[in-house]
Amino acid sequence: MEKDTTQKLVEYFRAQIREDPDVASAVAAIRSLLEFLKRDQSETILGLRENMTKAIQRLEETDSSVAVSSGGELFLRFISLTSLEHPDLSQCKNVMIERGELFLKKISLSRGKVGKLCHTFIKDGAKILTHSSSRVVLKVLENAAADNKRFTVYVTESQPDSAGKLMAQKLHNLNIPVTVVLDAAVGYIMEKVDLVIVGAEGVVESGGVINKIGTYQMAVCSKAHNKPFYVVAESFKFVRLYPLNQQDVPDRFKYKADILKTVKDLNQEHPMIDYTPPSLITLLFTDLGVLTPSAVSDELIKLYL
Amino acid sequence: MADSDGRQVDGVNHATGKIYRLKLFFNNEGKELTKEEKQRLRKEKKQHKKNKKDDKGPPEKEKEKEKASVPAPSKPATQSPAHKAAPAPVHASESAAAAEKPAKSKAELRAERRARQDSERTSKHGKKEGGQQSASSKPKATPNELQPVVKRLPEHVQVDDPAALKKLAKKLERQQVRQIHSHVPLRSDYGYKVSLFSHLHQYSRKSPPTLQISIPATVIHPSIVRLGLQYSQGIIAGSNARSVALLHTFKQVIQDYSTPPNEELSRDLVNKLSPYISFLSQCRPLSASMGNAIKYIKKEISNIPSQCKEEEAKGKLQACIDSYINEKIILASEAISKYAIEKISDGDVILVYGCSSLVNHILCKAFEKQRKFRVIVVDSRPRLEGREALRRLVKKGIRCTYVLISALSYILPEVSKVFLGAHALLANGYVMSRVGTSQIALVAKAYNVPVLVCCETYKFCERVQTDSFVSNELDDPDDLIVTRNGKSHLENWQTVKSLGLLNLVYDVTPPDFVDLVITDLGMIPCTSVPVVLRVKNVDQ
Repeated sequence: MEKDTTQKLVEYFRAQIREDPDVASAVAAIRSLLEFLKRDQSETILGLRENMTKAIQRLEETDSSVAVSSGGELFLRFISLTSLEHPDLSQCKNVMIERGELFLKKISLSRGKVGKLCHTFIKDGAKILTHSSSRVVLKVLENAAADNKRFTVYVTESQPDSAGKLMAQKLHNLNIPVTVVLDAAVGYIMEKVDLVIVGAEGVVESGGVINKIGTYQMAVCSKAHNKPFYVVAESFKFVRLYPLNQQDVPDRFKYKADILKTVKDLNQEHPMIDYTPPSLITLLFTDLGVLTPSAVSDELIKLYL
Repeated sequence: MADSDGRQVDGVNHATGKIYRLKLFFNNEGKELTKEEKQRLRKEKKQHKKNKKDDKGPPEKEKEKEKASVPAPSKPATQSPAHKAAPAPVHASESAAAAEKPAKSKAELRAERRARQDSERTSKHGKKEGGQQSASSKPKATPNELQPVVKRLPEHVQVDDPAALKKLAKKLERQQVRQIHSHVPLRSDYGYKVSLFSHLHQYSRKSPPTLQISIPATVIHPSIVRLGLQYSQGIIAGSNARSVALLHTFKQVIQDYSTPPNEELSRDLVNKLSPYISFLSQCRPLSASMGNAIKYIKKEISNIPSQCKEEEAKGKLQACIDSYINEKIILASEAISKYAIEKISDGDVILVYGCSSLVNHILCKAFEKQRKFRVIVVDSRPRLEGREALRRLVKKGIRCTYVLISALSYILPEVSKVFLGAHALLANGYVMSRVGTSQIALVAKAYNVPVLVCCETYKFCERVQTDSFVSNELDDPDDLIVTRNGKSHLENWQTVKSLGLLNLVYDVTPPDFVDLVITDLGMIPCTSVPVVLRVKNVDQ
């Protein structure tokens, strides 16, 4: 019976992503978790928590992005960190569901908040470099364009999945002049650009970010050219990891979920993400405000403790 | 009421002139005095000072000519009585002054009386005002006597300055308020101090602080005397060891304590502890961890309700101390080991420096959890603490390599991680640790090797420091004399005037060189130390 419910959960999750391609995977995951919570049949609170944890694990297996993992953990903390002193289980569940809806509403608005904060940093006539396809960066550029600012965008191709071309298409639809460059051309193009904006899959405790492979390279280049390197991320992407270097990032985030299950020797596979240390990042734009990398730890302590 | 006002007041009140001089400036209906009036007042003051100083006579003048450095602002007239009053042995630099002493006893007594009046007055008005007063009056007095003294406030206070010494001696005397017998002894500095560190104390291990204590020492508890000796001789070393020893000794002290009649335990016990703490800081300067432990104990003692019976109160305090040691030191190290083991992967080459009890504990635990790694122990003279760490790790069965710190850049390309212990973590993120730590962090950064600092939260302190000079500890310089072959070319270093031996104990590492700090609260970046301090204060 358990397999059945988790199977339904995964299907619900996949359906969410299919229907609304614009939604962040973490938001879709949290929506599915909320649905799971509503349908859950356990008798005790402890049983409920266990089922939720298992559900989160199951979702992580489906989509191995850092955001799903962090979003799930934050969701669990948010709903259970309240007084569950009611004698009746159904009452407790109602409280949890209420808080869950609240959490979902909050994070659905976070992308808009980030967009509003960041677009003021884009000056008229700016040349922006971005990496791969990020919905948050798209929102930021959308807001800036709506503000009647003129700017041009360079996007890297971002192999192996050519996500950059998708981003270029979306920007083209917004009537923003865009150029696609090779991943190898980042060093070449850096002297022309004024600032670099990237999204993030996860923000770690040290203030660094985990993002699509190629971000670290771009950060090192921008540091060498003294260009500001901005990261835009919602607060549910804050995760309790502390990598010391590239090797220290856990394998379950580096590779896609299906590859982890099928391939035995991971040394032959290429990782999909890399870690950018906080010393290379100028500012982080989140729905909690504009933060320096050292302030991220402060926010994380507030969120998790 | 015009110009004559000033003259009148000055003429009548030359004994207590200082107080009235202040009022003078606000006399003429609140207006400030005009230039001429001020000049006249100044002249009168000079005259009046000259009359005062004339009876002290020439010996005072000669003495001041001897001193090249500018004396402390508060007591210019008290330098000769300073030597008589202080029980401590006199400095070599003051021996010339001592020779003139028998010649001028009457003047000295008068000066002594004046000094006492001065000190009482300054304690009434507040140190700052008194300092300003005497500082402003001193430059005015000296031109009269044609002395080559610099007419400005001194920029630093020197520890061996006689006026400051006298103040310290008086403070230590006052600490045994009602007892006439032994005072907390004042330890004297030893040997030539390098000028950058002349504001710190430098003691010799050959003259322990207990030499001057009379038997029986009614003020200081014997276990505290023993602890102080153990600190000063280096028998108990290491931040955690010192704190634990201190707390155990305090348990003993509380056990032997009995409330005197008409006193409350919560107030009297704190007063009893103060001379012990001064004695211990004379033996060896207190560490940040010891400071935090003492603060905790004092808080617990003052929170004892007054209706609590003595036995009950004592039991409660003992339990508090036990729980402090258990939570902040023992359980904390368990939590830190748990986090640190996540960071140790198979095939790692870990570099450690010196002997940190916490780092050794982590490595032993990781080895028990079947992690495959090897350790490089870096050591430095004169303490050679790395040998102790090496002994402990090899006993466990961990593969170790031993190098001296001079071979650091040779060995670092092999290293995958560096684990360092800390003496204290400062509020601006700087790490204070054994001297040599910042060197290791610097070279590791240059080779892109991650540096991890392990530190319990009770070692976090509110101080801010950006360099290793402003507050440090100077160890016995004689430790540097002996070399490996037993040869000691530096044996007569004191006779060579231009030679100074510096044996520093601590240094500070900037947060840019540290990648991660592992505490019992979790893994945090070095810049988040003030956040932890804030969270801790909120908890309390």
